[in-house]
Amino acid sequence: MYHKTVSYRTFSVFNYVLMMLVALLCILPLVHVLAVSLSAKSAADGNLVSLWPVHFTTEAYQKTINNPAFIRSIGISVLRTVSGTALTLLLAFLAAYPLSRENAQFKGRNVYAWIFIFAMVFNGGLVPFYIMIQKLHLMGTFAALVLPGAVNIYLTILMMNFFRGIPRELEEASLIDGAGSFRTLFSVFLPVSKPAIATLSLFSIVFHWNSWFDGLLYMNQPSQYPLATFLQTVIIQQDMTTLSLDPKTMELISQKTVNAAQIFIGALPVLLIYPFLQKYFVKGLVIGSVKE
Amino acid sequence: MRQLKRFWPLHLMVLPSLVFLLLFSYLPMAGAVMAFQDYKPALGFTGSAWVGFDNFRLLFEREDSLQVIWNTLLIAVMKIIFNLLVPFAFAIFLNEIRKQLFKRFVQTLVYLPHFLSWVILGGILIDILSTDGGLVNRALGWFGIGPVFFLGDGSWFRFTVIVSDIWKEFGYGTIVFLAALANINPSLYEAAEVDGASRWKQTLNITVPSLMPIAIVVGTLALGNILNAGFDQIFNLYNPLVLEKGDIIDTFVYRTGIVSGDMGLGTAVGLFKSVISMILIVISYRLAYKLANYRIF
Repeated sequence: MYHKTVSYRTFSVFNYVLMMLVALLCILPLVHVLAVSLSAKSAADGNLVSLWPVHFTTEAYQKTINNPAFIRSIGISVLRTVSGTALTLLLAFLAAYPLSRENAQFKGRNVYAWIFIFAMVFNGGLVPFYIMIQKLHLMGTFAALVLPGAVNIYLTILMMNFFRGIPRELEEASLIDGAGSFRTLFSVFLPVSKPAIATLSLFSIVFHWNSWFDGLLYMNQPSQYPLATFLQTVIIQQDMTTLSLDPKTMELISQKTVNAAQIFIGALPVLLIYPFLQKYFVKGLVIGSVKE
Repeated sequence: MRQLKRFWPLHLMVLPSLVFLLLFSYLPMAGAVMAFQDYKPALGFTGSAWVGFDNFRLLFEREDSLQVIWNTLLIAVMKIIFNLLVPFAFAIFLNEIRKQLFKRFVQTLVYLPHFLSWVILGGILIDILSTDGGLVNRALGWFGIGPVFFLGDGSWFRFTVIVSDIWKEFGYGTIVFLAALANINPSLYEAAEVDGASRWKQTLNITVPSLMPIAIVVGTLALGNILNAGFDQIFNLYNPLVLEKGDIIDTFVYRTGIVSGDMGLGTAVGLFKSVISMILIVISYRLAYKLANYRIF
């Protein structure tokens, strides 16, 4: 009945407006960047652009795409994201299966669980980690971007909790039919794990695409930087000197519209995959967090 | 032996992950002995001189490191409080929206900033918060306010860091509350309705208490993050002007341990942080288990 009272209706109108404003607030900064990137240089430098392009032009994007350093960093990021995600997914998928068993069904499960848990709550800190990368001769190698984060404990736990939700009868039937553990995992568990795999993929893709600090730490030359590190250096640090670029490219990078274009291209892959995977990650996240 | 025969495929499945954990988690833990050494890269772990707790003493004697610990606590605690309260309130408001399409539209937009990195958002914030014609200061100008030095003044910097973090994460934080709201038994509301309770009364007596268990879990688990004020965010927003009030443990470790090469001190600060964090995480998980029967593994 409360739906019809005057006070609730007033609240309801206020609530719709409020939610609309809050939602818009979350994308207005991005809209602004897009508008700046599509505006003429003079309009952007004169702070005339707010949420709509002024003197529309795609010049900034043309310049960005013609910048070999930028394109190369995209290539490194794509390679890193694809290989890193594949590796993380495989490792999480394999480890989650034994971990999802009860201790009685798999002796040693608790020992493994504690090894994972301890690694999750404690770490040696940044400096010993840095030294370890040096000692393993990974400095300046592509592997330094992919291998150290290959085991994602949080995602392994998500996968493990998902496996626990799969009816045990399914597994038992397969084992009775004579399939081994690997066979059972790949031909019985894999097909029903699509929502979990979609969730893990989204998190892993976003993680790798967004990672910038390891590039800054472990890469010897800017030409090895993934896109996020490249953007960090040119836009945040505005440090053109380390990038050893010719004066023409430097001038181009320091332009406001080009900066905006680069930021927008950097955000684009996340913007594109996110809506498709949204329904999965909400489910996956809830499986992982709200558990009785 | 028969056990091993039957279970060897399962052991084999965990093995790859274990190798990676050994290399990239457990070996660096062993490397933390540097905290007790005057570490010289040329001499290595075995050759460097042992100095006992000197590095830790330095940590508590240097004025800048004490300031850094204080900054970290202040920023992290504010973030923890608001990142609990804002999603809590927002989920309740959003739950009152009846039009499903509109609700989903709002959800899609508010989750988004969580997935963008602080490099991207830092680039955007530096632009829209700038004092010479940034979007925000232009808007404040219409009301006769400003310009405000959001990123160039120490006190404003903290404010900016906390608010922009809430802005980035509040939507994502609502997910667990929305899930809990969806699980409330509708008959509770129906019964309250029959008793003539207004929507406000229903919210106070049904919705809020129903959300308390998950709020307790989120709140206690956040305790473990009390020394994490957000490295990515601070690193991408700070500058020499705000170093005194904006520097946190993680950025301090990077600058002393890696950039300045004072590896012993850097490791000691990092180890100090890791140990305290681990103790807090263990306590918070126990609390969450006791208070709300929450288990992660």
